[in-house]
Amino acid sequence: MKKIFGRPAGLTEILQRYCPGCGHGIVHRIIGELLVKLDIRERTIGIAPVGCSVFADEYFNCDMIQPPHGRGPAVATGLKRTRPECIVFSYQGDGDLAAMGTAEIIHAAARNENITVIFINNAIFGMTGGQMAPTTLPGMKSTTSVKGRDIRKQGYPIRVCEMLASLDGPYYLERCVVDTPKNVIRSEKALKTAFMNQIDNKGFSLVEILSTCPTGWGQTPIQAKKWLGEAMVQYYPLGVYRDRSKEEK
Amino acid sequence: MAEKKLMYGNHAIVEGVLAAGCRFFAGYPITPQNEIPELMSIRMNEIGGVFVQTGSEVAAINMLFGAAAAGKRAMTSSSSPGISLMQEGISYIAGADIPVLVVNVVRGGPGLGNIAPAQSDYYQATRGGGHGDYFTITLAPNSAQDLYEFPRLAFELAEKYRNPALILADGLLGQMMEPVELSDELVDPNSLAENEWALSGCKGRERRIVRSYDLRPGKLEEWNLRRIEKYEKIKKNEQRFEATDCDDADLVIVAYGTCSRVSDAAVKMARDKGFKVGLLRPITLWPFPWDVFADMSKRIENFLVVEMSCGQMIDDVKLATECRSKIHFHGRPGGGVPTPPEVYKEIEKVLGGAQ
Amino acid sequence: MTKEIIISGFGGQGVVSSGIILAYAGLIEDKHVTFFPSYGAEMRGGTANCSVVVSGEPVASPIVSNPDIVIIMNEPSLTRFEPTVKPEGMLLYNKTLIKSQPKRKDITVIPIEANAIAEELGQGRVANMVMLGTMIKKTGLLSLETLKNAQRKRFTKANEEQLTLNDKALEKGYGLLENFK
Repeated sequence: MKKIFGRPAGLTEILQRYCPGCGHGIVHRIIGELLVKLDIRERTIGIAPVGCSVFADEYFNCDMIQPPHGRGPAVATGLKRTRPECIVFSYQGDGDLAAMGTAEIIHAAARNENITVIFINNAIFGMTGGQMAPTTLPGMKSTTSVKGRDIRKQGYPIRVCEMLASLDGPYYLERCVVDTPKNVIRSEKALKTAFMNQIDNKGFSLVEILSTCPTGWGQTPIQAKKWLGEAMVQYYPLGVYRDRSKEEK
Repeated sequence: MAEKKLMYGNHAIVEGVLAAGCRFFAGYPITPQNEIPELMSIRMNEIGGVFVQTGSEVAAINMLFGAAAAGKRAMTSSSSPGISLMQEGISYIAGADIPVLVVNVVRGGPGLGNIAPAQSDYYQATRGGGHGDYFTITLAPNSAQDLYEFPRLAFELAEKYRNPALILADGLLGQMMEPVELSDELVDPNSLAENEWALSGCKGRERRIVRSYDLRPGKLEEWNLRRIEKYEKIKKNEQRFEATDCDDADLVIVAYGTCSRVSDAAVKMARDKGFKVGLLRPITLWPFPWDVFADMSKRIENFLVVEMSCGQMIDDVKLATECRSKIHFHGRPGGGVPTPPEVYKEIEKVLGGAQ
Repeated sequence: MTKEIIISGFGGQGVVSSGIILAYAGLIEDKHVTFFPSYGAEMRGGTANCSVVVSGEPVASPIVSNPDIVIIMNEPSLTRFEPTVKPEGMLLYNKTLIKSQPKRKDITVIPIEANAIAEELGQGRVANMVMLGTMIKKTGLLSLETLKNAQRKRFTKANEEQLTLNDKALEKGYGLLENFK
């Protein structure tokens, strides 16, 4: 019998410990496939965040480093500047990138650092138990906003792509979502562009991927997919926020 | 003999770092060490190295983590408040057993403090500084020549033991000018061996992971215990100090960095007046030169610890001598710098009027 | 032989440059030297002073509390440093800008019309060179030729015209004592 589907060589054999319905697995697979398709696995150094995907250093089948919470873009800078022949990606959640590491991501983008950043926005802190994230929607419940995020006391969410698009530095910024097969394919296209930009020495690329956290959201996986496609996409519009290749033409 | 050049201490650090084959610097401006990033930005550009002015000291230390994890010699410099910001990163780097070089040109604290020379970061430097069970190899220069030579020593020790190394200078050493004898043996960065742990892409080998965590039951404890073994080795092999006129001494001054220079002058004043006084200058602050203290405390009745702080190294002197000797203290905190006559007076206080 | 020197004045009077030139000069003559600057809190226009040690043996403390020689460029510096000079030490002061009289009787006091002489030469800011010239003549610490070489090491970006003027100011200061009692 012909094998038509299997684990891509860009992922290790280790069993991933994500919850049912979690979007991390989908994005991991896309990256794992791209490492092979683009033939970069053997020259890639990946950066795992702090959060649920801290174990990404176990899952991606390439050299990996696990730095302090939020500091991925700074570590990526040190790696890329000393090993420009390597492909360096930083995989970060919303607590990691949009709370703790706000300064690091802004400055890496402003420098147009030649790295690839994958930003998973699921509007919640998963690993620590469903606390409010910088991206938690107004009115959305979490374990530190039990009656729903009160914008008068807890402020507004941060839209990372829009914020970074205010800078001249970044080369490529896009927001995608992994709720339907069509959107997963769109996400893969965006991630491929983000890696290709680095291969072509174009500079800083970030792909924000809206994703699910059924456990943190208190929903079933089916409910979560639906809520992702509706509420999340409504607050965080999809699309390309910066593509300097268009300006170059 | 190689050429002697009149250099600022901060500039001597830069040339020493480059002579050691380091081609990566990341840092953030802060007085009194600004001459380091300024000159580094020019020199790295000249020789094709990397200079990054960062958004913060937090970013700087993490860029070092990346560059050093890639197997390259990497350094940053800062002064006290900036070094406090780096503690998170230093803890992770120590936890991942990665060699880096951090230079602290210490200024008055706590808080914003002032920009005058100080030694009040001794505890932070010698007790790890961040969270977790770890130590950083800490060298204390006392001249521009040391500032030029210690970066190389620091990198060698850091790499030998896979551990972060710190050079603890102060504002006076950084701002002072002295002749420096430049080495004509420069380390070629390309001649440095590839490390078996460095990240470079997994072509033709098993993939590598650099990290400081292990959540498996008991595993982190094992890892820490292995690190403690490393520390014991460092303690055994790397204690460095300089002892002057200690053999017949009734009193030995203990001082490092700037205070060792001031105390050296005070010792000369005291010897001229017939006092038997010596100077013991720790060069490694961690590992502290415990052995020489343990030995000296059997015959030296008095130690006078001189520090530009409220008294931090004095704890190590008490521990190392097991309080067999009398331990006296003279300290100038908050940017105060002791003068030779001032230290001489303290000697008189202990040993009585003129001999 | 160890000589500890403090030079003090307003920022802009060439205090730091004078110190560095002395240190360079010491190095040229194969002596041990240290130079340590101390600025006022302000970056510009504040008071500035520096310590220089020139010695035949390795320098212990770069910090000078009781100098053998002080070069005083302005009034506040006289108040501050006159009391610190070692007995039998030397105080040179810029008489053009300082109206008070030094009070110490146990030290050699040398008034110099530094700014007036510098203006005569065509540029007030070479007053520091005049002071240096007189100091080395009076103490025999370093040779005039060495000082001339040292100032060229300090001012690597200056034009030849300025460097020549500096030399003249050094010479002028060096020659002053012949008329001084």
